[in-house]
Amino acid sequence: MKRDDMVVEKLRAALGDAVEEVSDFRGERTVYIRKDRLIDACRLLRDDPDLRYNFLADIVADDHLPDYPRFAVNYHLMSMPNKHRLRLRVWVEDPDDGPPTAADIWVIATWLEMEVWDLMGVRFAGNGSLRRLFLPEDWQGHPLRKDYPLGYEEVQFSFNWQEIDAKKPYAKQ
Amino acid sequence: MGLLIPQASDTIQELSVEELRAKVGTGMEIVDAEEHMLLSMGPQHPSTHGVLRLLVELDGETVVNLAPDIGFLHTGIEKTMENKRYVKALVATDRMDYLTPMSNNLVYTMAVEKLLGVEVTPRAKTLRLILAELSRLASHLVWLGTSALDLAAMSVFLYCFREREYILDIFEMVSGQRMMVSYIRPGGLWRDVPEEFVPAVRKLLDFMPAKIADYEALLTHNPIFEMRTQGVGTISSEDAIAWGLTGPSLRASGVDWDLRRDQPYLDYASYDFKVPVETAGDVYARYLVRIQEMRECLRLIRQGLDRLKPGPVNIDDHKIVPPPRAELGQSMEAVIHHFKLWTEGFSAPEGFVYQAIESPRGEIGCYLRGNGTNKPARVHFRGPSFVNLASLPLMSKNRFIADVVAIIGSIDIVLGEIDR
Amino acid sequence: MGVEQKLGNLGVVTYRLEDVVNWGRTNAMWPILFGLACCAIEMMSTQAANYDLSRFGMELNRPSPRQSDLMIVAGRVSRKMAPVIRRLYDQMPYPKWVIAMGDCASCGGVFNNYAIVQGVDEIIPVDVYVSGCPPRPEALIDGIMTLHEKIRNDKLTDWA
Repeated sequence: MKRDDMVVEKLRAALGDAVEEVSDFRGERTVYIRKDRLIDACRLLRDDPDLRYNFLADIVADDHLPDYPRFAVNYHLMSMPNKHRLRLRVWVEDPDDGPPTAADIWVIATWLEMEVWDLMGVRFAGNGSLRRLFLPEDWQGHPLRKDYPLGYEEVQFSFNWQEIDAKKPYAKQ
Repeated sequence: MGLLIPQASDTIQELSVEELRAKVGTGMEIVDAEEHMLLSMGPQHPSTHGVLRLLVELDGETVVNLAPDIGFLHTGIEKTMENKRYVKALVATDRMDYLTPMSNNLVYTMAVEKLLGVEVTPRAKTLRLILAELSRLASHLVWLGTSALDLAAMSVFLYCFREREYILDIFEMVSGQRMMVSYIRPGGLWRDVPEEFVPAVRKLLDFMPAKIADYEALLTHNPIFEMRTQGVGTISSEDAIAWGLTGPSLRASGVDWDLRRDQPYLDYASYDFKVPVETAGDVYARYLVRIQEMRECLRLIRQGLDRLKPGPVNIDDHKIVPPPRAELGQSMEAVIHHFKLWTEGFSAPEGFVYQAIESPRGEIGCYLRGNGTNKPARVHFRGPSFVNLASLPLMSKNRFIADVVAIIGSIDIVLGEIDR
Repeated sequence: MGVEQKLGNLGVVTYRLEDVVNWGRTNAMWPILFGLACCAIEMMSTQAANYDLSRFGMELNRPSPRQSDLMIVAGRVSRKMAPVIRRLYDQMPYPKWVIAMGDCASCGGVFNNYAIVQGVDEIIPVDVYVSGCPPRPEALIDGIMTLHEKIRNDKLTDWA
């Protein structure tokens, strides 16, 4: 756990109030970073010779409806030389005003941010290629948000077979 | 080439570059729309390994630019899992990376166990390791067969699938299903393996090395295969890390990184195995890494079988694992546990975890947030295929269009995991 | 006993045209090489060494829809893929048949959600449904046999 604390100390020393909160759960260290200082923190984490978080494993957006702030974006970083993982967490109040893109630090971020935008609708400032990745171009809404319905269709059983069969849109030749 | 665009293709020539870009929807930078040819490859194409669509800008036969268009298999797995209870959500993980269901089960189960804070029994750990390595072997066999088929080596495909059937028979023996096993469950395994399991796996260990030697005899020094793969699709180690490559594709670029050894889970730390590394970073190097990995799989399975001790496979907490069937007739408490578990499920505490393991394709990660209820509040998977696909444009730039097929085969993508 | 001994010197065999056509259609059926998800892997297993689909004259998968007369929809159909499948189906020449392989293609399977079409029969007409998630190769072969049976009983007047 020594490295966990060293990271936080370095971040606090260099960026001061950018570190909002630090939490531990099941042996995983999470550092909450202020949204506008995220890029500074990322650059420090990648470039500092003691830290060297050279690998961005994943970007995950999380929807906390009905809490406020509603969205959180997690950056799962890994340091291959030090064999250490760290999670940065950024609160996002307005999904259209999301965190800045991390593509300057890790190239892969563009690709991962596209997924987050498509499914969760968090817009990353400065990422020019935000577009529908998985869903059709004309899709409305972002399905992984909590207020988006699952889209359940009624299932056919023997007792309601006729009823559903009648309104099922079967294709013609 | 399967030339198929979902929109009307005959009008595409008359569009301006901006309109064209909006139309093709991949956001690709088109260098020269006048002189170059735009080819849409897929989603129905024999060598895109599923429903991947590639938009390729061609100068003659040379790839100027390439953009993958994915989502043709978007299944909404994450959303579906968030609407199911923890154990029921497990079935969706099988269908994500359908070539290695055991690894998916394992990563999700380990994330749930981490969230709950439980530790599984030693026998369950050893069995999980054996099964995960077996499914790695099965997955590499499919990869070898299909990627060799893309390079027109038909017989390798038939041989690989013959051996894969044997592994699938083992899966069917333990779980009752050939592919969608759902065998590794929170708290342990669905049930203990049958008696025939160990002899069947030992038999596999006996005949498999000769089979791998056969594949190597067909491919490794085959001049046609060498010419199609050596120096094709190279990526440097710096680029590989920056683009998030993991798994054999990363190790083929000279980065010595394997989660099984470097961030060990299960009992991998106490096992003796090598992590094969190649430095060329091309298609051929990825092939060599995977072939050597298949041999290491066999070593790991053999060590696992030697260590397999009798004992319980499930933890003794019947709030998480259902009580054995025999107890239901005798104990009222067991009936209550059984009923509660199958009607309500268990609840996980508030908090979030990220668990990563080494799947045959690379680092598969599972982010899981519990909110105190019996359903996960957020499930997210880091699909290694999804991230590995991002570097495809980099690898195939300035190569021939025929090489793109070899490169897609070499990064071993599974569309179910890319699109989720 | 070969057919030659039955012919004698006549060189002519009288038979019902309908049966000859249907016999030809069943025994050289070319499926389109087209896989979607997990079921496609089982479809590959069916074609590979152990199950050997070429016993039924179906070893030749055509990547082009123009040359194929059977579409095996192997896997879940997403909303984005649906128009593509319809287009592929429209490109296939008559006569053509469709097998919905697996639960997802038949009825949506375990994925009852926003992204998956609840049964490919909403897009294209389906002749045979094969259940299973994924169906075993034997089940797929049984589905193909069922389709052959169906074609053998076809009336040519229905196609006219």
